[in-house]
Amino acid sequence: MSQKNGNTDNQYTFKIFRFNPDVDREPYYDTFISGFPRGTTVLEALLHIQETMDDSIAFRFSCRSAVCGSCGMLVNGAPVLACRTQLMALTGDQVLIEPLPNMDIIKDMVVDMKPFWDAYLRVEPWLHVNEEDTPEKEYLQSPDEVRKLDPYINCILCACCYGSCPVLGFEENYLGPAAIAKLFRFMSDSRDRRGAKFLEKVNSPQGLWACHTIFRCIDACPKDIRPTDTIEALRRKLVVYRFKKFFHLLKQDQK
Amino acid sequence: MISHDVLVIGAGLAGLRAAVGVSQKYDTAVLTKVHPVRSHSVAAQGGMNAALANVEGSKDDTTEKHAFDTVKGSDYLADQPAVKVMCEEAPGLVYELEHFGCPWSRLEDGRIAQRPFGGAGYPRCCYASDRTGHMALHTLYEKAVELGVRFLEEWFVLSLAVENDRIHGVVAMELATGKVEVFGAKTVVLATGGYGRIFSRSSNALINTGSGIALAYEAGVPIEDMEFVQFHPTTLYGTNILMSEGARGEGGYLVNNRGERFMEKYASSAMELAPRDIVARSIQTEINEGRGFNDEYVHLDLRHLGREKIVERLPGIREIAIDFAGIEPIDEPIPVQPGQHYSMGGIATDVKGATNVKGLFAAGECACVSVHGANRLGGNSLLDTTVFGKLAGEAVKEYLDSGAESPDAKILHSAFKRQEKSIQEIFSRESKGETPGGILTEMRETVFHKCGVFREKNTLEEAYSKIRELQERYCKVAIQNITTRRYNPGLMNVLELKGMLEMAELIVAGAIAREECRGAHWRTDFPVRDDKNWLKHTMAVCSQDGPVFRYTDVEITDYEPKERQY
Repeated sequence: MSQKNGNTDNQYTFKIFRFNPDVDREPYYDTFISGFPRGTTVLEALLHIQETMDDSIAFRFSCRSAVCGSCGMLVNGAPVLACRTQLMALTGDQVLIEPLPNMDIIKDMVVDMKPFWDAYLRVEPWLHVNEEDTPEKEYLQSPDEVRKLDPYINCILCACCYGSCPVLGFEENYLGPAAIAKLFRFMSDSRDRRGAKFLEKVNSPQGLWACHTIFRCIDACPKDIRPTDTIEALRRKLVVYRFKKFFHLLKQDQK
Repeated sequence: MISHDVLVIGAGLAGLRAAVGVSQKYDTAVLTKVHPVRSHSVAAQGGMNAALANVEGSKDDTTEKHAFDTVKGSDYLADQPAVKVMCEEAPGLVYELEHFGCPWSRLEDGRIAQRPFGGAGYPRCCYASDRTGHMALHTLYEKAVELGVRFLEEWFVLSLAVENDRIHGVVAMELATGKVEVFGAKTVVLATGGYGRIFSRSSNALINTGSGIALAYEAGVPIEDMEFVQFHPTTLYGTNILMSEGARGEGGYLVNNRGERFMEKYASSAMELAPRDIVARSIQTEINEGRGFNDEYVHLDLRHLGREKIVERLPGIREIAIDFAGIEPIDEPIPVQPGQHYSMGGIATDVKGATNVKGLFAAGECACVSVHGANRLGGNSLLDTTVFGKLAGEAVKEYLDSGAESPDAKILHSAFKRQEKSIQEIFSRESKGETPGGILTEMRETVFHKCGVFREKNTLEEAYSKIRELQERYCKVAIQNITTRRYNPGLMNVLELKGMLEMAELIVAGAIAREECRGAHWRTDFPVRDDKNWLKHTMAVCSQDGPVFRYTDVEITDYEPKERQY
């Protein structure tokens, strides 16, 4: 951390969620007060608190530059990447740190992301191709075709959207925003051959139809991805597919 | 006892590519300290070199020219047969990633786009905007989950079980529970990345502690060329987050406080696209001689590229400059300074990733083949990870095909007992003792300032005694708040610091011994390259009294060493 000199520091009061299931019957909050210079991020502050005041506070981190997706947590109630959130940008000098909701707690801010990754796997998040069509060199793809993917390939799988989604609060088997946006990314790829019939796999109350379009995921996304838009687009695509299928309008390879 | 044919340690690009290659044939598990997509490969920006000859201006590019640029960039310390293999494999690996779904940036005709990069004679660098590492890592992870590769996430490897020069498995700790477990394995592939975080200024992720190199070192594997540390010329002032070489590849200028494009003085023809060692020294010289800003940084100026190009080609570094420095590169120059970026050295391997221990392989940044020699070219590290990840996977298959012996349960059990005892001992220390934080900070400042861009005997020796002192203090270092083993960062910090100090020792001791200037190793007291005495690789082997050094010949097959000019 770039701790420069004491007199330019602002004092912050951190209230940090604590829960170690081995010893605690229920969660509680610890308070730490410390000064930090301008430009300090929430992650840097947490690392400083961990290093100098309590080395048992658990949270995930890696890149500290908002590309790895490790440090999603609630800061003053908002799901954010701690590394990308400046203390200066918060309102006031009270900083409330809590884990992302909708997942079980391993310890403190470290949550069990298994349901998030399980949902990710359910959309078969890989390029579906026909092996025999694979060219010797590259598949040709125009800059415009790549541009269509741009808004979605930036997803860092941080689960901020997953933690923000109210539906996941009561429907724990819901795919969630990130997995559906990932499916949309592949279905928008000119190289992907899965076709609209794949949507039957997510045509369920826990799949495409669970979203109540509350748009929290859009607010939460640190990469400005709009998962709700992808959910609505895939719903439309599914309806068109069903309509064509019902009226026998599908070509042989689309069935 | 859990046992696998193959254990891959680390799930960045090298580890994933190795696992993708072997998992269909042999029982494979990947042990990784962080979830695969959190690996540091994700932060690579600029691109991956391959002589595809796709763009105007690269029509007569060839793999031989790529190899020559790499050897010249390495200041002739790279092993030329290995470089040749890497460059020949390059186009195939770029196409393979494309077939797996990597969203490479494209030319109008639909082929993969390429841009100029430092030290390269042609626009050879394939890229996915300036988020190439992110795109490549997610793509390979997607391929791995398609193939059903088994991942054990958030496991930290404590030691390798090696006996009579053969691997038997590893001892590892599950972070979520703190449970220590032993994994038997016929083969182990180390793909744990670099050690950037032993330097105070580093572009690396906070997880890059060099732990895999330390594991190999402690197991008796020679560690090669550790004094060669790459300082990236352009890391963001303040946080040292990487500002891609792609920014200069797209035409960005480096400017001092007099408004001069100072690279003209140091590399009049390549200018900003000289290799990284040269650009880093040039920037540091400008700063040292008072032509920097606030004696700390110079400017990376992109303004003349215009909004459209910046938004289209460099969106990632624009976002970082805005988020982490409050600077909009469309309107303002970016403050940059050199920072540690890459480890040219590492675990000594042959061209297939094999070490001197039977069944133990290494690939990616933790390994030293050596293809980067004394200075790596930009765009060659993503290439290294995928090429040598693939080749290590193939070597593992060959090794297993020839009927490898099963691991010995007794050896594994005693390895387990040693680690379990050592953790119990750490927990039993007085919690009032010194914590890792102070030692870590002193080590980082020492290594960066005394073994950095410019080096000389006196300060290197000061650094060495400091590290020995820190190693003494380390023996009593304690966890501050002893709770349970469950996800215990205090324990992790204690465990990782040991290897970090070992890495620091190897780097500094290697730098003291090497009395010449070559690539990134620049001795102001020995200001010339000395091929007569020093055209050789450093090999450090662990002993009771610290590292023992010996030296081996460089494989020179095609290009005789010449003076480097750019």
